[in-house]
Amino acid sequence: MRMRRPRSSRFAVISMALLVSPISIGNGVAAAPPQIATCASCHGVNGMGNLSAGFPALAGLPAPYIERQLTAFKHGERKNAVMQSMANPLDAKARAAIAAYYATLPVPATPEPTKKLNTQGEALAMNGVWGGKLTGVPACDSCHGPYGIGVGVSFPRLAGQPQSYISAQLTAWKNGSRTGDPLHLMSNVARQLSAAEISAVSAFYASLSPNPTTLPGLVPDGGKQ
Amino acid sequence: MIRRTIAALLAAQLPIAAALATNPAQPSFAPPPRADMPKGPFGDAVKLGENIFRHTTVYAHGVIGDALNCSNCHLDAGRLAGSAPMWAAYTGYPAYRKKNRKVNNFGMRLQGCFRFSENGRVPALDSKTIIALEAYSFWLAKHAPTGAHLAGRGYPRLAAAAESPDYARGRTVYRQDCSLCHGARGQGQYARGQTVFPPLWGTKSFNWGAGMGSVKNAAEFIYANMPFGAVGTLSVQQAWDVAQYVDSHDRPQDPRFSGSVAATRKAFHDSKFSMYGRKVNGHLLGSNK
Repeated sequence: MRMRRPRSSRFAVISMALLVSPISIGNGVAAAPPQIATCASCHGVNGMGNLSAGFPALAGLPAPYIERQLTAFKHGERKNAVMQSMANPLDAKARAAIAAYYATLPVPATPEPTKKLNTQGEALAMNGVWGGKLTGVPACDSCHGPYGIGVGVSFPRLAGQPQSYISAQLTAWKNGSRTGDPLHLMSNVARQLSAAEISAVSAFYASLSPNPTTLPGLVPDGGKQ
Repeated sequence: MIRRTIAALLAAQLPIAAALATNPAQPSFAPPPRADMPKGPFGDAVKLGENIFRHTTVYAHGVIGDALNCSNCHLDAGRLAGSAPMWAAYTGYPAYRKKNRKVNNFGMRLQGCFRFSENGRVPALDSKTIIALEAYSFWLAKHAPTGAHLAGRGYPRLAAAAESPDYARGRTVYRQDCSLCHGARGQGQYARGQTVFPPLWGTKSFNWGAGMGSVKNAAEFIYANMPFGAVGTLSVQQAWDVAQYVDSHDRPQDPRFSGSVAATRKAFHDSKFSMYGRKVNGHLLGSNK
């Protein structure tokens, strides 16, 4: 996403340029460390993942977020045999280099939601189910940003990620096989979602553009006084 | 979903839910489902009101002077009990307010929000903005009784702090439980110019005249509603402490400022719950231009 980049990821990019590789490949994309060839076999040469296989896009995600995920795979907070074997040999420097590279890869801009929306998923994403026994389910957008485009370094983009990936993650938060979420935010929320709700909201976010040129309903002068 | 929410509320063990439990003096009420929003010209006004409420920075651009959406403090777009829901406010007016020493109708109450919480200019009572917000609130209050204090109005009363609210303890709470979203300097977080996590102090936040500038109001809101997805994890004391911390930072001037911080404090902030005109870390709060 070619929007304002958080200071910490800019810092990561700068540190990488100084410590690991003095070269960048233009357009602000950080140099690709040697591991990228392996990553690309699932996450795509352009870093946009593989929709049908359910491999998530990494391009444009915040560098600190990607780094944290690699650490989480290594320490078993995220459980995935392939990713664990990939993350195990990486040291902090390599994790930072990989993260900096993907964080700076451009995300192709596409206009708007492309597929059919589903009302249940959209309602959860935009409105949530507030109140209730535990904590209530806030609208997903209230932390992941309008249309799930992601916010800051801790709330990743959901828009355009594969449905099977989003639903697998929500299920993993729900059953406790994925941990390490700050303040237990995701596990608290996911535990309150039914399987049908997980499926619907995953389908909704999968249908959205990862880099929309417009945010429907959020036009600058929609409501003149 | 609604049934589940109600069932969950009934089964709730949280003190917050207990505060919202049935009280004969405070009838309970639930706003109509979103899907029942009316059609036609009136429905258009309701929809516009909802948009202004949720995306204030976009739909009331040029009116407001900060980066806050109404829905940042009135959660679930003004529907959530215990989060100052609009359906309960709507039926609470006209009413006398000490704040401006007169009987206010609902539109005047909304004007107060624009002047203080939104740090903006005051839209006219017959402006499209005020009328749309009235239409939205009126619709949310469909079939609500008037003349009654509805359960869930405002923020739930919070027990007094066992120890005086404390800035340093509050800072610890803030760093641990709040800064992830609201930022280390209370600046909030944004995506494509949209406010996602509201700024809690500083130039883009509510001004000194806003209700949330009261440590008591802030503590009540925080205890009942924060953090998203982890409500109930803060103790009563932590809620007071972190409210004290948040409201001990400077923010835009009170629009009723008389030219003197001390006189403005005396006139409008003469309360142990206001930090306006107090010195914190060597800085006189309210002295920013």
